[in-house]
Amino acid sequence: MKLLVCVSKTPETTSKIAFTAENTEFDTNGIQYIMNPYDEWYALVRALEIKEAIGGGSVTIVNVGPASNDTVIRKGLAIGADEAVRVDAEPKSSFFVASQIAAYAKEEGFDMIFLGKETIDYNGSEVGAMLAEMLDLPFISYATQLDIDGNNATIARDIEGGTEVVEVQTPFVISAAKGMAEQRIPNMRGIMMAKRKPLKVVPAVEANDPAVVVSYELPAAKSEVKMIDPENMDELVRLLHEEAKVI
Amino acid sequence: MVLVFVENQKGQFKKSAFEAVTYGNKMAALLGTGCEALVFGSSVENPGILGTYGAAKVHHVSDEQLNNFDSQVYATAIAQAAEKIGAGVVVLSHSSTGKSLLGRLAVKLNAGSVAGVNSLPNVEGGFKVRKNVFSGKAIAEYSINSDVKVLSLMGNSLQPEQNGAAAEVTGLSLDLPASKIKVKEVKTIDGEVPLPEAELVVSAGRGMKGPENWGIIEELAKTIGATTACSRPVADTGWRPHHEHVGQTGVAIRPNLYFAIGISGAIQHLAGVNRSKVIVVINKDPEAPFFKAADYGVCADLFDVVPRLTESLKKFKAN
Repeated sequence: MKLLVCVSKTPETTSKIAFTAENTEFDTNGIQYIMNPYDEWYALVRALEIKEAIGGGSVTIVNVGPASNDTVIRKGLAIGADEAVRVDAEPKSSFFVASQIAAYAKEEGFDMIFLGKETIDYNGSEVGAMLAEMLDLPFISYATQLDIDGNNATIARDIEGGTEVVEVQTPFVISAAKGMAEQRIPNMRGIMMAKRKPLKVVPAVEANDPAVVVSYELPAAKSEVKMIDPENMDELVRLLHEEAKVI
Repeated sequence: MVLVFVENQKGQFKKSAFEAVTYGNKMAALLGTGCEALVFGSSVENPGILGTYGAAKVHHVSDEQLNNFDSQVYATAIAQAAEKIGAGVVVLSHSSTGKSLLGRLAVKLNAGSVAGVNSLPNVEGGFKVRKNVFSGKAIAEYSINSDVKVLSLMGNSLQPEQNGAAAEVTGLSLDLPASKIKVKEVKTIDGEVPLPEAELVVSAGRGMKGPENWGIIEELAKTIGATTACSRPVADTGWRPHHEHVGQTGVAIRPNLYFAIGISGAIQHLAGVNRSKVIVVINKDPEAPFFKAADYGVCADLFDVVPRLTESLKKFKAN
């Protein structure tokens, strides 16, 4: 089985977010980057587990980004992926990224394409659906469980207030949510081996997204917290009802 | 024309469905056009009710094949309907269904798309919409320049408004592809409002000391009809199920009222809940960072104060 895992680079989860150029650009100053947690913890690890269970096949990582993304890609190789491909371009938007991955994956004949359920920066959850459409493949999102028997997959996915179980045959695109796998910490051997694994750089194809960010802003600061006397919960209830009007 | 794709679960519409139609109707007014709704499946009960939320017409595709969700089939069907009806904007709910469809539809319709919008568009000299980014730590404004646009509406971004009459329901026949997905089972927990849709949420963290102490949280939640949630460490240690985990790597929510009980307020947790309209923090540590993000704070031992809060709420409910 040929497995592809799409990974994104995102600001680390504790990052303070700020903007520059009159609030039109994300301020990268002092930002530490990580592999998008959903891509790493769930999509990549489950792909590796499947390869291990089958006892063969390959796991390829694809990323769209500049050369500075190589650290994040190498981490994926250290966790256990066999090889990586980086499309050399700024990941401008979901449509741009999906177009790049589709152009690369089209000729490769992957059996399963994994992504995390969303990235923690733009939270769009769009790349998987776009990619599936571009490749004319089924798309199963928010998967919390994936079992493979030959070419048949049984997948549990999160829906509002419950779970749905579906069956589908390879090839397909799947987005992974919590529950799919457990985070793996790369060991020293993995980190050493990652340095020798192939990381191919390919040029981008043209793709123009008609939806673009024109400006950013930070949420309005909360007004000062009103402290309530712990002995007087009636007062809290009164404020929630009369002042905040939420109950 | 603004076309709202309205989801149903087992034939029933949920609040998010009425929010989407209300949003579509208000947007249509801004654009000087009409709003129509599209519903799928053979078991939909009373599709005409969408008229009362502002849909001038409801297009009902009643094929049984659409009773189960397959993003490929649904996207093909919505795209066909959008072309037949002449939709300039297609509105979805930002739900598990909507999120699986948005990107597909954007590609199919050569449309610009924005996922999880939270306000009506600014239509002066273009089409601009806003959404939360960086897991709620910031807001981005997008401009969409394509003829056709697709949007998914974040839950609880506006209140459904019901003031019109029931709409005319017309059948719509579409050319559907065969599904490559077989839905084996759909399990939903009845009686509890799912977290992303909940207006009232009671959430607790490590301050609870152990899963055996959750009775006071459930009691508080039950008193006001709230949904329970928890912080990441609590879900990771198995004290509570994963689906209750709210935060940057869990579910992002924006209820009207969020109780944070025994949760210190790490930045990752705040990112998932800081769009809540009102936040009440109960923590015995006066230095807990969550107090800075709170509207109301109670600095006390939660085991002492939560049962008394529940009593006060019961008294309030009884009056």
